[in-house]
Amino acid sequence: MSYELIGITVLWLFLYGYLIVASIDFGAGFFAYYAKVTKKDHIINQLISRYLSPVWEITNVFFVFFFVGIVGFFPDTAYYYGSALLVPASLAIVLIAIRGSFYAFENYGSKDSTIYLFLYGATGLLIPASLSVALTISEGGFIVEENGWVSLEYFALFTSPLSWSIVALALVSVLFISATFLTFYASRANDQPALKLVRTYAMFWSTPMIVAALTTFIFLSQHNERHFHNMMDLWWMLGLSVGFFLLSVWLLYSGKRYGLAFMSVMMQFFFAFFAYGIGHYPYILDPYITIQDGATHESMGIALVIAFIAGLFLLIPSLALVFKLFLFDADYVKGKK
Amino acid sequence: MELDTVLISRLLTGLTLTFHIIFATIGVGIPLMISIAEFMGIKKRDPRYVLMAKRWTRGFIITVAIGVVTGTAIGLQLSLVWPNFMQVAGNVIALPLFMEVFAFFFEAIFLGMYLYTWGRFKNPYLHWLLSLPIVIGAGMSAVFITTVNGFLNQPEGFVLEGGQFAAVNPMEAMLNTATPSKVFHVLSSAYLTGAVLLAAIAAFMLLKKKASDSQKIQSADYHKKALKMLMSIVLFFGAVNVLSGDLSAKYLGADQPEKLAAAEWHFETEENADLRLFGWLDENQNVQGDIRIPSFLSFLAFGDFDAEVIGLEEFPESETPPLIVHYLFDLMVMIGFILPAVSLLYFMFNFRKKRNEHNRWLLRLIVLCGPLAFLAIELGWYFAELGRQPWIIRGFMTVEEAATSSPYIGLMFLLFLALYIVLGTLCIVVLRKLFRGNPAELELEKEIGDQS
Repeated sequence: MSYELIGITVLWLFLYGYLIVASIDFGAGFFAYYAKVTKKDHIINQLISRYLSPVWEITNVFFVFFFVGIVGFFPDTAYYYGSALLVPASLAIVLIAIRGSFYAFENYGSKDSTIYLFLYGATGLLIPASLSVALTISEGGFIVEENGWVSLEYFALFTSPLSWSIVALALVSVLFISATFLTFYASRANDQPALKLVRTYAMFWSTPMIVAALTTFIFLSQHNERHFHNMMDLWWMLGLSVGFFLLSVWLLYSGKRYGLAFMSVMMQFFFAFFAYGIGHYPYILDPYITIQDGATHESMGIALVIAFIAGLFLLIPSLALVFKLFLFDADYVKGKK
Repeated sequence: MELDTVLISRLLTGLTLTFHIIFATIGVGIPLMISIAEFMGIKKRDPRYVLMAKRWTRGFIITVAIGVVTGTAIGLQLSLVWPNFMQVAGNVIALPLFMEVFAFFFEAIFLGMYLYTWGRFKNPYLHWLLSLPIVIGAGMSAVFITTVNGFLNQPEGFVLEGGQFAAVNPMEAMLNTATPSKVFHVLSSAYLTGAVLLAAIAAFMLLKKKASDSQKIQSADYHKKALKMLMSIVLFFGAVNVLSGDLSAKYLGADQPEKLAAAEWHFETEENADLRLFGWLDENQNVQGDIRIPSFLSFLAFGDFDAEVIGLEEFPESETPPLIVHYLFDLMVMIGFILPAVSLLYFMFNFRKKRNEHNRWLLRLIVLCGPLAFLAIELGWYFAELGRQPWIIRGFMTVEEAATSSPYIGLMFLLFLALYIVLGTLCIVVLRKLFRGNPAELELEKEIGDQS
């Protein structure tokens, strides 16, 4: 496998990792606020903050890792995306900043502030929406380059059904993933009232999630036929994705094996995300950047791959330790430690 | 119009970095102090030191959050505000940027563990061990990101072919000539600043009057212990920092003479060059009111009073840094000497006449050192960055060629300015809330009560 292919695979894996951990985080923000409004916050807020407080920074690093990595492996992305995304990405930074500060401040009393909790919930929806813009424009047709000028066609973007369906898909996926995880976490904590509540959230959001996935697929077929046909060639991955979705819904519905339910949600998104990514090949930004032409020099690419492997030796045991301490330590989850 | 976007791009990046550097410096410096305090507490079996570690960590986490979000901001802004720069330079600096994120990742993981596992292990050293990856991760991310800055000052490790970087050697680019002295100076100044900041807080608490007598003694005891420990760290890193600053000046003398010449208003190439302290420029660009130390610039730059120092006249005017950097340089150096001097004064009081090291004037001086240390950090970075103007990659790309052409950059400047004002205010409000109602002596009583 060539280094640029390893590079994009690794980056795609990290983006997938971010998709999962960030969804848990963003969705939790929305649920925390929603529970407050419906006066059920005492049931689940303890649960949410117990898992999320130790890991929010890790979640953020997944994101930093991805964008530093993609600019490193494919410097052309800095030029095109950087020029075009100044406004949406800056807004995303501001939202992430508001959210990041929430975690630091929540331990010290701001938890009770409804305004802050509203911001926490709102950013949980606005950040995925603003980040999904990058995915939309990668499909091509929204960026124009004229005599050395790269700019984003805001009108085309805001009137495109594809971009809105991607936003909708991002939002409902976030809520579905998060609710499934919280169901699993509540069951580990043996917290029956919380479990009951988040399980209804998870089952509720499964339907809009699959509908949004379907509409996005249809609009993609109209917007970028090449991408659509490539994905159709990967029909077995999409099939597996749907299969895992059905499995997770059935498990949630029958009210057992919530760990397995969350695993199959992860697999569902894994196959869908990779079918989407592989179908995009060879473009990173249609039609300006391909994986081959946009890649950095070979020496740098190889150095990055080596650094990446060395880094994994550091990260995997450390992450395992985090999971052991905060996810699989039954006493901690139950709030005894 | 073209120039305007460039200027605003520079201002926006400057704004973000000015704000970020405060929290980045805290982020590098404080973990070491926390680790030292916890270790001493366990070793000496003194709950006061452990409490210091706990309380500092609690405040630290607030600053970390702001450091993380502003760090994310600058990471993205590199591509958003300087897209042409990243497209070209990304080929050479990607490795250290990537490794910096790894170090940050490592630190983030263990910070979460350290924070939420107080008292969860039977052996207290196990918890202390968790602080080491934080110290190392924080230090390493400073090292990696500084190598990137080193590269921009001293681009090496590639061949230029038709305006593009070719034959890239990532390791050589990372370990460029500027890197060793820069890394050394960044680390030593961050540790120094971390210690000075906490010492200033301890001194401030000692200056404040307390209500009841028994609490007063408890509290004074705690803060005096903290102050003494921190002051010895200040002395150590203050000395190391002067040394690293000297090495940085020698690097400039040898490899970046235009920056040193601008810093010292050294216009004509000469041997036995004088060092200029302070002074100002009149309207004819003549230096007024300066103090000259004969031949000392030659010594500073080369370790030899007779050495020849290249003057600004040797460089085309379009490639010389702005002369304002002299003020920045002088102030930074002055503060760099004041900090260890104050610590030395403290220990002289401590040794000669007992008890007198806590006299109010000395304490006030130590409090003043806190803001001074941060001022020096900012001045030092302003000097380093303005000193390589007009280049973004010295000798290869000017800032004008690198900036975005987006018309929205001005709006983004205002957006981020508002964000930093909000974050800065929140940070102060929360930190005050955190420590005001919960003084050390109260916590100490509880802690000792728990143990007995």
